This record gives sequence, C-alpha cells and structure tokens, in this order.
Amino acid sequence: MAYNVKEIVAEKPSRFMAGHRMCAGCGAPPVARMVLRALKPEDHAVVCAATGCMEVSTFMYPYTSWSDSFIHTAFECAGATLSGAEAAYKSMKKQGKLPEDKDTKFIAFGGDGGTYDIGLQSLSGAMERGHDMVYVCYDNGAYMNTGIQRSSATPRFADTTTSPAGSKVPGKMQPRKDLTEVIANHHIPYVAQSIATANFKDLYEKSEKAIYTKGAAFLNVLAPCPRGWGYPTEDLMQINKLAVDTCYWPLYEVENGKYKINYKPAKKLPIEEFLKPQRRFKHLFKPGNEWMIEEFQKELDERWEMLLKLEEATNIE
Amino acid sequence: MEKITPNTPAEKMTIAGNIYEAGNSLEFKTGDWRSQKPVFLSEKCKQCGLCFPVCPDDAIPVNKEQKREDFNYDYCKGCGVCAKVCPFGAIEMK
Amino acid sequence: MSIRERLSGNEAAAIAMKQINPDVVAAFPITPSTEIPQYFSTFVSNGAVDTEFVAVESEHSAMSACIGAEAAGARAMTATSANGLSLMWEMIYIASSMRLPIVMSLVNRAVSGPLNIHNDHSDAYGARDAGWIMLFSENNQEAYDNLIMAHRIAEHKDVQLPLMVCQDGFITSHSIENIELIEDEKVKEFVGKYEPEHYLLNDKEPMAMGPLDVQPYLFEHKYQQANAMKNAKNVILEVSKDFEKMTGRKYSFFEEYKMEDAEIVVVCMNSTAGTTKFVVDTLRENGIKAGLLKIRMYRPFPAEEIAKALSKAKAVAILDKADSVSGAGGALFTDVTSGMYINGIKVPAVNYIYGIGGRDTTSYDIEGVYKDLQEIVKTGKTENPYRYFGVRREK
Repeated sequence: MAYNVKEIVAEKPSRFMAGHRMCAGCGAPPVARMVLRALKPEDHAVVCAATGCMEVSTFMYPYTSWSDSFIHTAFECAGATLSGAEAAYKSMKKQGKLPEDKDTKFIAFGGDGGTYDIGLQSLSGAMERGHDMVYVCYDNGAYMNTGIQRSSATPRFADTTTSPAGSKVPGKMQPRKDLTEVIANHHIPYVAQSIATANFKDLYEKSEKAIYTKGAAFLNVLAPCPRGWGYPTEDLMQINKLAVDTCYWPLYEVENGKYKINYKPAKKLPIEEFLKPQRRFKHLFKPGNEWMIEEFQKELDERWEMLLKLEEATNIE
Repeated sequence: MEKITPNTPAEKMTIAGNIYEAGNSLEFKTGDWRSQKPVFLSEKCKQCGLCFPVCPDDAIPVNKEQKREDFNYDYCKGCGVCAKVCPFGAIEMK
Repeated sequence: MSIRERLSGNEAAAIAMKQINPDVVAAFPITPSTEIPQYFSTFVSNGAVDTEFVAVESEHSAMSACIGAEAAGARAMTATSANGLSLMWEMIYIASSMRLPIVMSLVNRAVSGPLNIHNDHSDAYGARDAGWIMLFSENNQEAYDNLIMAHRIAEHKDVQLPLMVCQDGFITSHSIENIELIEDEKVKEFVGKYEPEHYLLNDKEPMAMGPLDVQPYLFEHKYQQANAMKNAKNVILEVSKDFEKMTGRKYSFFEEYKMEDAEIVVVCMNSTAGTTKFVVDTLRENGIKAGLLKIRMYRPFPAEEIAKALSKAKAVAILDKADSVSGAGGALFTDVTSGMYINGIKVPAVNYIYGIGGRDTTSYDIEGVYKDLQEIVKTGKTENPYRYFGVRREK
C-alpha cells in the first residue's frame, strides 16, 4: 500500500492524545504520534518513557495522554524497564497466560538525555539482548526538561546553560556523539535515523519497519525544541527541512547491516542555513568566528562522506 | 474509575498513581495556553494534508472522508506550525 | 513427605525460585549472591522452569526489568548483594512506590568501601526505609521457607509491596547444611497463581503507571504505601500460620529462644542467632537465665511486640552487624529501644556493633556480651550504650 498520510490519519486514530502539556510548537509530539500510528490498529502496545519532557507532560497524575498501556520508572532505564515487560510478555504468552490471538508491541521513548547519556547503558543492554522492542530517541540536542543543559547530543559550539557561549569558551567544544552509529554497531536487525518530513512518510515507514521487525530496533529522530534552539515556534518544519538539506541530520537506515541513505539532497545546502535561524548558534556569526562555521561544515562533510562510503561498502553484492 | 481531584481522599485514590482510563488527558484542556489563534479559511484549503500531522496537539481533526475540519480550540496552543506549512494561505494566525 | 537434602543457602534460594517458577528473573552477578542466578539459569536452560531469564547488564537494570515485568503482570524475582543493592537504590524505592510485589534474595554483604565481599548487614540497613518488606533468615532452611512464603505476603491485596529475603553472605549462602524441602506440587499450590487486578499486558484495560505525581497527590500515595506496610503484619502472620500447617515449621515476627524467664537477652538477626543459641544453651547449663530474641521481620518493624517480649528482661543487648555512623548506635538498636520507650518498657539496653566486613563472630564474643549484661544487672549501671566487639584497639 502506497503511503498516504491523509488515509493513515483518517483511518488510524491518534494513540498520543491531546491534553498533554508539551510546549506549544514542540517537535516531539508529532513524532511520537506518528510512530504510534505505525502500529496495526488491532495491536496493543506497552509504551515506556524515560523521565524527560515527554514523560512529565504526558502523564501528570491523574491524566495520561497514552491510549496504550504506559509505564515510566526513571530517567536512565527505559531500555531495561521495557526489557522486563517484553520478557514478561514472552514468558506469559508461552505459558498460555495471555490471549493467543492478540499481539502486544513494545515501544520506548527517551530524549537525548535519557538515551545518549544517562540511559545509554540500559539501552545498550536491551538492544544487545535482542528484546523484541523499538527504542525511539526524540533527540532535541540538550537536556531541555531541566532547562537546556548540554548533552552528548548537543552539536559543537551550541550555546546551552552548561556550555554557555562566553568570551573565552564559545559554547560546547566537543563534537556530537553519533548514537545512531553506536547502536548500529550493536548489529541488531534495524536501526534508522529519521525526522518529521513534510508528509511524515520517512518517519512512518521506518516506524512500521522498526515495530514489525522481530528483535531489537532503534529509531533516532531529530525533534527540534523552539525554546532550547531559539527559533520561532512556527518554524518547526522549516528547521526540519534545513536539517536534512544541509545533511546535518541524514535520513538513513541500517537493515541487517546494510546501510541505505533515504534522502540525498540534490543540492546540499551550506550548514549556515541550518545554524542561522537558531539563537544557540548566534555567536558563530560574529566577525572573527568564521572558523567555527568552517569546522562545523568540515565535520559534517566528513560524516556525510563516511555515510556514503558505508552505504557503498555494505551494498556490494 | 472515579474522577480524581486534589480533594480526593487517600482511600479513594488509585494506588501508586496508576490510571486505568488510558488517554484521559482529553479531559485536560490546553486551549487556554494560546496567545495566538489559527483561523481556518476553508475556501482556500485544498486538503493537501500538510497541516494536520504537524500539529503537536492533535487539534486539527480529520474526518473519515480524509478531509480536515475546523480547529479544535480545546487543545490548540497556538504555536502556528500549521499556518507556516500551509502553501495556500488557508490558515491565518490572529 | 518432605525431602531431606543438604544445600547451601544460595542453592536453597535457587531451588525455592525453581519451585515458585516465576515468569521473569532478571539478575546480575555479584558475590556472594552470584550462585543464585547461576543455578537458576541452569534450570532455565534445562527447561525446568517457564521463566524468561533476563541477563541484564547491571543491577540497576535488574531491578528496572523486574519492575517492568511485574508491572506487565508477571511474577518477577531477582537476587543481589551489597553494591548491587546500592546500584538498585533508585529503583527499589520506585518498585515499592509502584506497589509491585517483586521478590528479591538479598545475600548480605558489606557495602563498599573499601571493597569487601564478606558478610555484614550494611546493604540491608541501607534499604530499611525503601518500603520493602524485609525478612531475615538464620540459616538455609529459613532462607528457603521465607522465599516460599514471600509471594503470598507481597501479593496480598492489602499489601502489594516488594519483599526481600535476607541471608548472611558466605556464612549461610555458601555453607552446606541439612534442609527439608517441600514437594514441588505443594509449593505450587501454596504459592498459588498471580492474578493482579491491573497490569500493562491487559489489552482490555490499557493503563498508565509511574506518573509525575505533584503536590496534591504524592503525599496520599505515600500514605497508602505506609498503610500497606502496616497491613503486612497481619498478612505475614496469616501466611506463616498456613505455612506451619503445611510444614510444621513455625514462623512469626521474631523467634523467642528460652525467653520465658530470661533475664539477660540478646537481640540479633540472621546467622548470629545460631551462635547465640549455642551460647544461651551453655549459659543455661550453668544456671544463667539467658535468652535470645531473633528478629525475622525487620520491615514492617514489630516495635510493640518486641517491647512486650523484652519487658521482663533485666538487661538487653542489641547487636548490629553494621554501624549507622550516626554517632549514637546501630539501626536495630535505635528501632528496638525506641519501640521499648514508646511502649513504656524501661529495661537497660546496650548496643554492640560487630562482625563488620565478615569479621568472625564467635561464641566467645557472644559470651562476652552476656557477661556485660550480667554486669549491668549487678551494678544497675549502663555506661556507654554504644559499643563494639571484635574490633582491634590499642590495649
């Protein structure tokens, strides 16, 4: 069936309900909602969220925005918590303690704090053990819930509250951790990097694959934060587009070890286009700081080249 | 499940903070967060399908005929993402 | 007919787990509890149980996975010691506040640092405010019996709290002693099926667990939890009675050993009680009215009952196998004496910190304690209630 966003939204009711308290214009809810829409309507899901923006704003007692079963335990252990639920399912299903004709899927959501940093061990363990689950990172590039502190997902030079751009230190000095690659190197069946594109096709299709591929799967989805990045809330989709057109956030997937780049911009835009609208990179545009943009571009080009090579190398017949 | 409010005594509250009515945040209206209001100009709308998936608050209903309807102001927080993606000027922020 | 065996404490715990046949076990190795998941994985590998064994990458994940499993509707179990429990710290509070009846074997060992793999009770004491039911075991038999009773207690609708069964590292966990096992079928029947009212895998009633619980609500949820802990007392008695009917082995909040007319009493937990019983017998042969109060149920704490049991004594020594480093005595001492005070029992009481980091506790040490108590009875003076034995000091 060809992808048709209108049909999907009309036919598959939202499983991430309104009444949540994420900020106006937040990039994460459309992502979570579309990931869940990839579930077959007849399937039940157990969703687990790491502590973070999404968790505190979707389940503030006594209101839950999740129409599936949901569990939150702590910040660093969404991977392990969901492993336990999945193991319970396997065990109980095997023993005939659950209905035979009903499938349950396991989906975790974590921000970059709960995924790249404090939750990395728990995630790595869950992926390595091969639980039949999908871990979705909504990466907004800093600890936004506690007020925009740097994370290992924060891009180089970004101004955050714990890597402030000062007169001696111009923002975060370290390059961004490439978590998608880290998880790809766990050699699990499916790993992908996505973003909310204009019609959400990329995200929907990857979510569907991730959910219905047997075994562990990981999705890394860039989810802009207007507060943390410093751009007008209405520009969400424009920022997303610039992220892929500059190759800041390449869309690709690794399926059983084979890389596939899902979008190669016909004309790769210079990184300034992505950096310029964001307050966190404002200092990069001051006279004398041209070197920062150059370095940013260089690092990006190298990563993109490497990705092209990986695609080539893993597709030789 | 009985409705739980800040006046519910401990004996009547669910244990551990569990909630047995999935999706009940619909009872919590976020529309009053709005400082700007999107207005749907249906005559300009071409039903292209760009606006509703981007809404963080699921405030653009889509009917069974796959057509978007007017805004659900109970939840719309007025972020303006929908107006910005509309290529036809069918959403105006006021 | 029960089955006579010779088993270490760890083997006994693993066999109890096999008979319970939980849906999920998630554990990470740490001395001295490592053998429990080891033995248990062989049961899994050989198809002796239906359990999914989750070989997690840390104790934090072990407890997180147990929480996920139990929340999903499964029976989940784990085992750990010392630093393993320390790493679970955050999650043990979450387990109890989520009201999930997870059962854990805690094989007691000194918490670092410096690093030491031997027995004391610093790990268990650290968890005393975590909202877990805590049962202590003198030997392999009690570790086994406590585990067989654990789920009935923890899962009771008036309780719904996690439970840990403690036994002493190496002293109990690695010593092979005689034990009476219960037949598999009888255990199965006694433990029963786990049928939670609400659980994540029930697709007919999707539910949400673990909210952000703000000012109008957290206090009430904590109050519910505190009530559940109080309720556990009766449930523990009921289940112990049923257990006695099945096995003839009697359990209560604590064991009173030769307490009827005891004038000098030692209060302690776990394997030290065995040594103390030997000393009591010896002293009794010499006409000295010594007694022992061995605490089985440390959480909930039977303050009133303990105070009553000690009311006729002339002097009491409370033994703590870990210091609270409060400058005022160990945790058990504080609990017992405050229970006595509140219940109007004014009996001279002293505290001994002992056995830290696996320091051997001999019958001579315990004899020394009783001698001190005799001195207190004779002089009527309790100087320095916060004492140590077994530590080397300048003469």
